[in-house]
Amino acid sequence: MSGLTQAHSVVAPSTASRRISGAIVIVYAIITMLPLLWIFATGFKSQSDAIAYPPKVFADPSLQGYVNLFTTRSRQTPEYMASLPPPETWYDELVRKQNMVIVGPSKFGARFMNSLIIGFGSTFLAVFLGTLAAYAFSRFRIPLADDLMFFILSTRMMPPIAVAIPIYLMYRELGLSDTRLGMIILYTAVNVSLAVWLLKGFIDEIPREYEEAAMIDGYTRLQAFRKVVLPQAATGIAATAIFCLIFAWNEYAFAVLLTSGEAQTAPPFIPIIIGEGGMDWPAVAAGTTLFLIPIVVFTVLLRKHLLRGITFGAVRK
Amino acid sequence: MAEIRVEHLHKTFGTFTAVKDSSFTVHDGEFFVMLGPSGCGKTTTLRMIAGLELPTSGQILLGGEDVTFKRAADRDIAFVFQLFALYPHMSVRQNIGFPLKCVGTPKAEIKRRVEETARILRITPLLDKSVSGLSGGDRQRVALGRSIVREPMCFLMDEPLGALDSEFRTLMCHELRSLHDRLKATTVYVTHDQLEAMAMADKIAVMNHGVIEQFATPQEIYDHPATMFVADFIGSPSMNFLAFRGALAPGQQAVTVDGVEVAVPAAREARAEADLVLGVRPEHIRFVSDGGVRGEVFGAEYLGTTQIVTVRTAGGTVKARVPATVPVATGDRLGLAFNGARLSVFGKEDGRAVRTALYEGAAHG
Repeated sequence: MSGLTQAHSVVAPSTASRRISGAIVIVYAIITMLPLLWIFATGFKSQSDAIAYPPKVFADPSLQGYVNLFTTRSRQTPEYMASLPPPETWYDELVRKQNMVIVGPSKFGARFMNSLIIGFGSTFLAVFLGTLAAYAFSRFRIPLADDLMFFILSTRMMPPIAVAIPIYLMYRELGLSDTRLGMIILYTAVNVSLAVWLLKGFIDEIPREYEEAAMIDGYTRLQAFRKVVLPQAATGIAATAIFCLIFAWNEYAFAVLLTSGEAQTAPPFIPIIIGEGGMDWPAVAAGTTLFLIPIVVFTVLLRKHLLRGITFGAVRK
Repeated sequence: MAEIRVEHLHKTFGTFTAVKDSSFTVHDGEFFVMLGPSGCGKTTTLRMIAGLELPTSGQILLGGEDVTFKRAADRDIAFVFQLFALYPHMSVRQNIGFPLKCVGTPKAEIKRRVEETARILRITPLLDKSVSGLSGGDRQRVALGRSIVREPMCFLMDEPLGALDSEFRTLMCHELRSLHDRLKATTVYVTHDQLEAMAMADKIAVMNHGVIEQFATPQEIYDHPATMFVADFIGSPSMNFLAFRGALAPGQQAVTVDGVEVAVPAAREARAEADLVLGVRPEHIRFVSDGGVRGEVFGAEYLGTTQIVTVRTAGGTVKARVPATVPVATGDRLGLAFNGARLSVFGKEDGRAVRTALYEGAAHG
């Protein structure tokens, strides 16, 4: 056998090219992850370490940023501080070391909740409406179906912010400014076109014989849709939901323009956390870190679907 | 089990007419095949019987009951799809039991009937497997199982063997027919494969452009094609057409093709002088050295016991099926003699067969 040369595969990459591509991926991952790591680290620095020059890579860990993120504090005279009973909790103690007392919670919790409600609410609505519309476009003979699909797509053709002023005026008239409902409707409207187009592709791939068989076997159209089409479309629905959620979760421009109080989401809130003497960078970093968590969890949970979803239909099986 | 009656069925999609004024009756227990090229309206007709499409006009009666606009689920039919349409997220057992589950049959009853069905189809060992790992033939058996488990009034099958390879197709052809003979269920079967149709059908409807060209038994369709389309579509190689000009009078027993007199079955109707076409099946041709329609051998395909010889004549190319022992060589000049009792004559204009002694008693489509 020693006289035989080893045959190499024409499809599997060679060891060298695998190593090179591995190295490229790692370098790219470092480049993209580094800012996130820096933000994560800054969240655990003290105010002075965060703005130290030259920058400190390693600093004494501190939870000051997180405490500041969740609380409102006020500075007191040393005499007043001395007159107080001993601190009850670790965060009381942390705040008192700076000659301050906690006077109440910050608005971060409420803003974060707004983000959750608006993000998941609009994602649910966009995917729900998108699935129904995509099913209809895929299965029924709709007059002017192609024109309608193009019309739906055309709503994405200019950046949404181009219509910010009309929307602002309209929302003011309708009383939707600075309401969660208003933001849910807005994000749903932006996302639903994406959802219809993505989902139509997925549903087109599901043979209609499945529902027809179910309908002959005794299901109504709606039952066949729910019990036969939806399970098959789960992958596409999950992928679509991730795309919609990422948009709604990260959206900044409309959030700044249309919300200022009650319905404000986290993105416009986090960057303007002001501490004593300017920006409270550890608190901003802490808020950003927490803000990343839901989307990371959601994406990790659905990542199998996401990968299958975006490559779905590329190859006929 | 029931009779299916279709009356003046008409279906248009926008400006396209898929089915034009179709009427036929499938008797109780009959195996009925709709045969035609793709786009001829056979599948649309089947889907209307199933309730998956609604007709533009006309009536469909199942077992005497008007079901034209009833939902598919309320028609008590079973449908077998070309692509099987098995639910990939269910096992074989769940797939077969699904129609029973849909209508709320008790669990024990479902189990009993699924197992009974599996026994009939000889797929008992597969019951607890996932459908995604099955071969094409087994998938089709499961799909059949799902349809017979309900004991419906009739079976509708849309090219159920179309997705199988040829070996399985022949096997499933036999299985389907023997299954039908056991269950005696009225079956409507759609295919574009004439061999399947001929092998299985009690009655065949040959369709073209939304119109039923002929509705008859396989033998009648082969021997007495009602139109040139049917004559051309059925048979492999298909019927030879020799154009000639002439008139026909009742009782006339010969026509002149290419200056040669050819005996035909006695005409039963008169035709004024017009362009006519003589239809000859390849197996009704003999080679003669003298006389006959003259031609030159163009080529021969050897098929074992027979051979298909292509002969060029003045009236066009003719394919003859002759015993493999007949010696022929390319370039041979020879004469073609026809079996006069088995020939058809068509009007070239309308494509319809002229009534002759051969067609007496045969139903026209």
